[in-house]
Parts: sequence; C-alpha cells; structure tokens
Amino acid sequence: MSTSARYWRGIPQRYRLEANKCKKCGQTSFPPRLVCPACGSREFEATKLPQTGTLLTYTVIRVAPSQFVDEAPYAVGVVELDGGTRITSQITDCSLDAIRIGQKMKVEFRRIRAEGLSGIICYGYKCAPVAVQ
Amino acid sequence: MRDVAIIGVGMNKWGELWEKSMRDIYVEAALLAIEDAGVDHIDSMYVGCMTSGLFVGQEHLGSLMADYLNVTPIPATRIESACASGGVALRHGFIEVGSGMSDIVLVGGVEKMCDVGGGEATYALSTAADQEYECYQGVTFPGLYALMAHRHMHLHGTTQEQLAHVAVKNHDHGSMNPLAQYPFKVTLEQVLSSVMIADPLRILDCSPITDGAAAAILCPLEMAKKFTKKPVVQIIGSGQATDTIALHTREDMSWLGATARAAEVAYKMAGVGPDDLDLVEAHDCFTIAEICVIEALGLVDRGQGGKAAESGLTALGGKIPVNVSGGLKAKGHPVGATGVAQVVEMVEQLRGEVGERQVEGARVGLTQTMGGTGGSTAVHIFRRV
Ligand SMILES: [Zn+2]
Repeated sequence: MSTSARYWRGIPQRYRLEANKCKKCGQTSFPPRLVCPACGSREFEATKLPQTGTLLTYTVIRVAPSQFVDEAPYAVGVVELDGGTRITSQITDCSLDAIRIGQKMKVEFRRIRAEGLSGIICYGYKCAPVAVQ
Repeated sequence: MRDVAIIGVGMNKWGELWEKSMRDIYVEAALLAIEDAGVDHIDSMYVGCMTSGLFVGQEHLGSLMADYLNVTPIPATRIESACASGGVALRHGFIEVGSGMSDIVLVGGVEKMCDVGGGEATYALSTAADQEYECYQGVTFPGLYALMAHRHMHLHGTTQEQLAHVAVKNHDHGSMNPLAQYPFKVTLEQVLSSVMIADPLRILDCSPITDGAAAAILCPLEMAKKFTKKPVVQIIGSGQATDTIALHTREDMSWLGATARAAEVAYKMAGVGPDDLDLVEAHDCFTIAEICVIEALGLVDRGQGGKAAESGLTALGGKIPVNVSGGLKAKGHPVGATGVAQVVEMVEQLRGEVGERQVEGARVGLTQTMGGTGGSTAVHIFRRV
C-alpha cells in the first residue's frame, strides 16, 4: 500500500543499492541515515553496496500478505553483503529445498510486486545463490 | 516516586467476537476492573492499542473509550508500541500514579482483529516491521520470527520438536483458562504435522488472530486498602527498552536485546533477580519467541531456551512456570490487549484466585511484552504485599 511518491523516494536504494558511509568510523548504512548508528557522526560520503554476500538465515513464506499471494511459496532471507551490511531480501533462482545458511549469494534486479489492479509495477533487489564451481 | 498497587483487574472471554464492537469489548473489561477494584471513579486512563485504524478504521481511542465508559472529561491517552502497546500503557499508568499526578488510573488494552480478512490482518500486523526494507520484500510476521528461529537453530542447535514443546506446554496451561480463545490441549504430533506457515514455523507455532480487551486499576499503595479487601499486588519494577526496528540490523538476530535491557532495568528497580520469580508471563507470539524471551530474561543461559519447555522447566509445577495463562499461544493475542492481560493473570495468580492453574504460593512474578520482532519491550515485576 504505497503511493507513487513513496515508491519514487526508494528508487536509489531499490534499484542501485545506494548507501552512505560514515566519514568518521567507516560504517556503511543502508538505507542512508542522518546519524551514524555506530559512532553518532553526521558526516557521510555516498557509496554503493557490494553485490555479493552470504546467507545468514531464511524462511519460506507459505501464507503471504495480499500483495504477494500469487507468488507464494517464496523464500526470504537475510544476506550479509561483503563488508558487513545486511539486507532482507527474497531468495530467487533456486529450489526452495536447496537453500542453506552460509550459502554465497549475489544481488539481482527483479520485479517485486504490482501495486493493486492498476498500480505501478514495483522493482528492487532479490538475491540468488551463486552457483558452486 | 510513590509505591503503586494494582487493586483491580478485568477481562472477558477472548476469541472471534463477531457480535461485539471494539468499544463494547473494551468497556466490558474496564467495568470488570472497576468493579473488582471497588473504586467509584477514575482520574485518568491509558488505552493500549496497536492499529485500530487498520483493523476497524477507528483512531482517537482516548476519546472514544472515555465516552463509552462514561468517564469524560478525564484525560485518556492511547498508547501504541505495536504488540507491546498494553505493556507500555501499564508503564505510563505506573508513572502517572507514582509521580503523584493522579491517584486512580485505569490501564486498558484492546484489539479488534477479526473484522478483516486474513490478508488484511497479515498486512496490519506487518506494519510493526520496517515497511520499506522488510515488508517490501514480502516478509510476514511469522516470516520474521521464522528468520529468528532458523538463526537460533543454526547457532544453538534448537530443534523443531523443541519449538513444538512450547506450544504443547502453553496449550496445556490454556486448557485450564476458561477465558482463553483456544482452551484445549494439543499433542506434539499435532503441532509437528500442522500446516507450515513460514518454515520452520507451523500454524500451531503461531499465536492466533483475536478480538479481546483487558484492564487494570492502579492506585497509590497507601490507598489500596481503602478500596479492596483482596490481597494487594504492588508493581515493584518497570523497564522499557528499544532495539532496531529491522531484524537484519541486529548483530545476533536470535537475541532480544531490548528485552534483556528492559529486564535489567526492572530487576534493578525491584531489587530481585530471575531466581526470585515464582512465575512469568512472556510474549510467546510464536514458539520461538518464548525461547528467545526466557533467555533474555535470564531464566536460562543464552542459547539454552530450546530445552526449557521440553524438560518441563517452564511448565506449571516446574522450576519457573512460564505462561500459565496459556500465553498468547492459547489465550489469544489481541495485540494491544496482550500486555494488560498478562497483568490480569499476574494479579489473579498473586492473589491466589485462578484455581487449577494456580502457581502455589506465588509471591513475585514478571510480565514481558514486545513489539514487532522485539524492537520495543516492556517488562514489569509484581509482588503480593
Ligand atoms: Zn560512524
């Protein structure tokens, strides 16, 4: 249930993983914050999140919220990207039975959901396991 | 601060209350508490409620409930802290009486959840999580607790069977509580074969969607005997704390930092520790939640919560009974009412009034309720005077 303005505001993060990095302590915040959660500093520089990481935990959503009913069952997990920033993300491009904590993951740009019957199509990041060589 | 007592509590049967409006559910509980306390007026009121706007399209509950309880023009304040709303409301009543600002304060909680369909209820509850960076990805509340559960299993070896034992225990307790939404027992096999909601959580790992309310009357301890001939229960500790709203930003996603912090503050104020408690009412919105909560409260060592229900430690008759009311699991979870209903159980337990689920000789107890995945928590400690 988001408005187009609210959706538009999130585009830099959802499409491009734009974050900010504390000039004082180096902590990366995603989404960008006005106050560093690590040291309290208010000085930042723009950065982008790495697109690879590790799966810390996951679930398979079998009873979905109304906007995701057509997608269920689908997997959601927490991925710690290289450098330590974490995101909650759908897990895609794999069998639901094959998901394992500790798996290497990569970030993909995907369709997330449609806003109602005549609303905008919402895009963003999802994560997929990196194929083991 | 003045010492503060609870002199009356009230709660009606919880469940799918189709025939009753939110205001009537609340007023019924409030009237029971007023009658139980023996007071002829109240000076101020707090109403804990998470999201009546999304569930029944109604905000401004301070005015609505004061109006229908016929107590206008007293001050009445709605308190929102997601599923911890009722516990945080109690804290504000405690502060108002303790400060000397008011003498008799009614603390109530209410949620009318069954008027909307399942998808809408799932959405309404999900607003307690980070809408932009958790819910946008399609995660639900059971989903977020499932993420905690898988992390706990990964770090500490907790098993699905251990989760199921929490449900079995709390339904055993709830079968003795006639006000519970689901006052029946379940078996381990039933829990483990129930439908999967968000792996590893099954439907019987989840608390239900419930209509319900609860209320309590607070007054200065020194005035308590003027109103009631029943044993007086004193609030001896209160702690409230916050944590990050998004689960993924917490260093250990299976650890409830806000609950640990609120408990530390409450224990210090009360001058008691985990070993002094006779019973605990904890926020078991999901089976994994009770496991994480008892760790954060210091009832068991960190990582050892999974074994507690399985070993009988937290059952009625065990070393530290947890959720003898049936918990959110069996009693129901009308989110804004939950924190106040824990107080109803605590006061009746400490007064020795609950019959077959009575914790024998209970003198000191603790309630803990939390919002979202633990982003806010209220902990209170009580003693029979
Ligand atoms: Zn910093």
